[in-house]
Amino acid sequence: MTRAVTRAPRLVALAMSLFVVSTAGAFAPQSFNTIERGRYIATAADCAACHTRPGGKPFAGGVALQTPFGTLVGPNITPDPDAGIGSWTHDEFVSALRDGIGRGGGVHLYPAMPYPSYTKMTREDALAIRAYLQTIDPAPNKIKSDLLSFPFNIRSTMVVWNAINFTPGRLAPDPSKSAQWNRGHYLVDALGHCGTCHTPKNIMGGEENSAYLQGSALQGWYAPNITADTRKGVGGWLATDIVAYLKTGANRYTLASGGMGEEVVHSSSHMTDADLEAIAVYLLSLKSTATQSPQSLDGRDPHMVAGQAIYKDNCAGCHTDSGAGAPGLFPRLAGSAAVQSDDPTTLIRTVLFGSRATATAGAPTGPVMPSFAWRLNDVEAAVLVTYVRNAWGNAATPTSPHEVRLVRGSRRAP
Amino acid sequence: MAKKLPAKDVAIVGLGWTSAILAQDLTDNGLDVVAIERGPWRDTATSFNIGYAADELRYGIRFALFQRPGQSTVTFRNNDRQTALPVRQWGSFQPGDGVGGAGVHWGGQTWRHLPTDFLMRSHLTERYGASFIPQELSIQDWGITFEDLEPYYDRFEYLAGISGKAGNIDPRIQVGGNPFEGPRKREYPLPPMQMTYAPTLFAEAARSVGYHPFPSPSATFSADYTNPLGIRMGQCTYCGFCVGFGCANYSKASPQTAVLPVLMRKSNFEARTECEVLKVNLDRSGKRATGVTYVDASGTEWEQPAELVLICAFAFNNVHMMLISGIGRPYDSKTREGTVGRNYAYQTYSAIQVFFDDKNFNTFISSGACGQTADDFNGDNFDHRSLGFVGGASMSCQPTDGRPLANLPVPPGTPRWGAQWKNEVRKNFLRSFGFTSQGSSYAAYANHLDLDPTYTDRFGRPLLRMTFDFPDNDIRMSNYVVDKMELIAKAMNPRQYVVHRRAKPYSVVPNQSTHNTVGAIMGADPKTSAVNKYLQSWDVPNVFVVGSSAFPQNPGYNPNGTVCALAYLTADAIVSKYLKAPGPLVQM
Repeated sequence: MTRAVTRAPRLVALAMSLFVVSTAGAFAPQSFNTIERGRYIATAADCAACHTRPGGKPFAGGVALQTPFGTLVGPNITPDPDAGIGSWTHDEFVSALRDGIGRGGGVHLYPAMPYPSYTKMTREDALAIRAYLQTIDPAPNKIKSDLLSFPFNIRSTMVVWNAINFTPGRLAPDPSKSAQWNRGHYLVDALGHCGTCHTPKNIMGGEENSAYLQGSALQGWYAPNITADTRKGVGGWLATDIVAYLKTGANRYTLASGGMGEEVVHSSSHMTDADLEAIAVYLLSLKSTATQSPQSLDGRDPHMVAGQAIYKDNCAGCHTDSGAGAPGLFPRLAGSAAVQSDDPTTLIRTVLFGSRATATAGAPTGPVMPSFAWRLNDVEAAVLVTYVRNAWGNAATPTSPHEVRLVRGSRRAP
Repeated sequence: MAKKLPAKDVAIVGLGWTSAILAQDLTDNGLDVVAIERGPWRDTATSFNIGYAADELRYGIRFALFQRPGQSTVTFRNNDRQTALPVRQWGSFQPGDGVGGAGVHWGGQTWRHLPTDFLMRSHLTERYGASFIPQELSIQDWGITFEDLEPYYDRFEYLAGISGKAGNIDPRIQVGGNPFEGPRKREYPLPPMQMTYAPTLFAEAARSVGYHPFPSPSATFSADYTNPLGIRMGQCTYCGFCVGFGCANYSKASPQTAVLPVLMRKSNFEARTECEVLKVNLDRSGKRATGVTYVDASGTEWEQPAELVLICAFAFNNVHMMLISGIGRPYDSKTREGTVGRNYAYQTYSAIQVFFDDKNFNTFISSGACGQTADDFNGDNFDHRSLGFVGGASMSCQPTDGRPLANLPVPPGTPRWGAQWKNEVRKNFLRSFGFTSQGSSYAAYANHLDLDPTYTDRFGRPLLRMTFDFPDNDIRMSNYVVDKMELIAKAMNPRQYVVHRRAKPYSVVPNQSTHNTVGAIMGADPKTSAVNKYLQSWDVPNVFVVGSSAFPQNPGYNPNGTVCALAYLTADAIVSKYLKAPGPLVQM
């Protein structure tokens, strides 16, 4: 897998962008092309996810992000000189974006701001974002972004964190790969920061590069493996399936919901088909280092027999006896990566709490999986999940009632 | 004192099928639309959750989806000599409530009327002579033809993913479809539903006595479907909880499954629920609507100004809204003058229940519209010359009610409880089914709708008063068709069959059908119709009144296919004609 990082930004400036930009090096913050390019990059980098509250003013901050270390709130990045970042210099902006260093040089940002990904961004793209943000309506609301408790509220600890977890530097194109692959790599790593959710974290919250994009638990979900692994990843999908999924939130196998649904709505549904194709080409080139799945449980296993009966009564009406579902409406369970992930959190929570598929202009249905928490106890939900993970050729570890209890407990009514 | 809101282009009363269809087309054309619905918001996930969608007690017995009589009901009497009393619990008919309206709990039978249905008076006059039409009936032409409506039938069938077999794709009769239907431009979007055993046996028997059965067209889906708006729907599971229930599987077309996912995304559409429209406001001239006044759930009264008001509530509620708003001249049954509340029609059912010893029908495997129909004695498909009545009935076998509380068929003479009753239930539950003749209900001068002089709703508005009994003509018709249907029963060779004939007087208590029609009828003459052929009020041209209230009389079919086709016809008239030149679209 190619994850080469270099400190030679000039090499990067070639080839990386679809947009024809003005002459190299000359930054024209007022130029229409720069601003539009910035709008696109800010969308691809999904800045709004953390900096625009649903229903709030664009980029005025206020989105709370739950981390294992406490709550962080996305700050106001509108051009307001006091509450926002209007008085920052370009260099201060680029430094915050790519190095995690706040204004004035001394203040460290927390990596909830994905500077470990954005560090791979070209200066040109970073400045284009800046040019775009300067056109946003200034919002005067001040945000207290750091709600962490001791000792995580000591920002200087980030020096240590960075030393271990952060590799600054731009992304080098791999000359042995196509321009499309390189573009996909840049979109996935530098802009889309897919690894922020899909790469597992070490104990400090740094990304485990050895398991790059092979799935990670966060915010009560499990963001699945998105490498070309055929069982746990997207290896069974065609590039067109990935493009359809990112563009509309639905393809012939499944539908986006939760955090990925938000990503589709705010970010990838606004990207060009060429960029989505590049992402697909890149992802399908990634080999998984994940351990092999276990053998399917025997259908005569008592858990499987009980699970099948519960499935037939509760699930088969929509997902069908064969686990095939219905395209664009009921996700296919047979062969699904989300179903067969090592970590069954997403499947358990979907059974317990239900899930609303994202509706987009391209896939407006927005079907909903209802909650079964009131109907299935921990044992019943566990054998059901075990059955779904091991039926129709699926294979994954059995799920215990304890695992169900943990997920159920994570969302107790107050 | 109502608080005045910023003006909208269009205010719609109600948010069911017709409202959703009109709002979808009008918002596509850039209009700013608000739909004001007195019932609650409903969507598949929360309102028809798979975990309790099949709760027969909640929906089938306690009527969770129906209009709440405590909020609004009708009073009823059979004739002018009686004093009407309020209907306090729905029985004969079950109007819907909330977003989706009756389009949530309908069974999904989606018919086109026969070409002659639209020209009823002129056709009967031409074929049999004017004196052939019984004196009691006020039969009228619709002011449009089947050909006028065909493109709109087509639009609705593709919107709603109708499963069926065409019988007449212009200009050829199709094998396997209804040979009596009017010519259509293309096949149904989905193939027919898979047949269960009861309708299969019915069709064999009907064929053996010379009739022409075909699969009933169904808005429950035979296969997965994506409609022209890009909305996905799923194949029906034949769960049997359909009529009276919302569908948990996205498998029955409703405003929720076919329109709202796209409509609700639009920034120029707004749905206000738990908001009850009190009246349509008119200006001083009485010839122009200025908007509507409504009350929200907190009791606050609002005035919503609008350029265009569409009354899209349930059939008789449309008439009520016109009467309390002073739109058009109320009908007087003594002088037969006036147009609003001018007549009322229903549906004339009879049925046959068959019992076998050696056949197992599993009627609990069903949808609201999975079955077979024969139209040999519907409309004017047969020669009435020697018969002494007009009209007819579709003969259908659509077992929609194998549910344990609704349907425990036992032969006559069985005790109503106890060991013998249990024994007969055990013996007959799987071995019996019914089929029906769904007869036309032709408007009679004596049947009509007006405001009740005694009973009012919580706002002090008079309730709507329904005066109805079956015309003698319709009873004669029903008896004739049930005789013909008896031949089918005999051909099946059951152990026993029981004929349920329709008789006077009509009662609002036993469940029959929610096919309430007529009352604000469409036509070519403003003296005898409340709305013109575009469903535009003759009297207040910026008001359109859409629904089965516009039928001049009710043919022998379920009304919703035609209701929704009329909604498309109105939408097209507003977009292509009214917006270019607001005013009456037909000059008096």
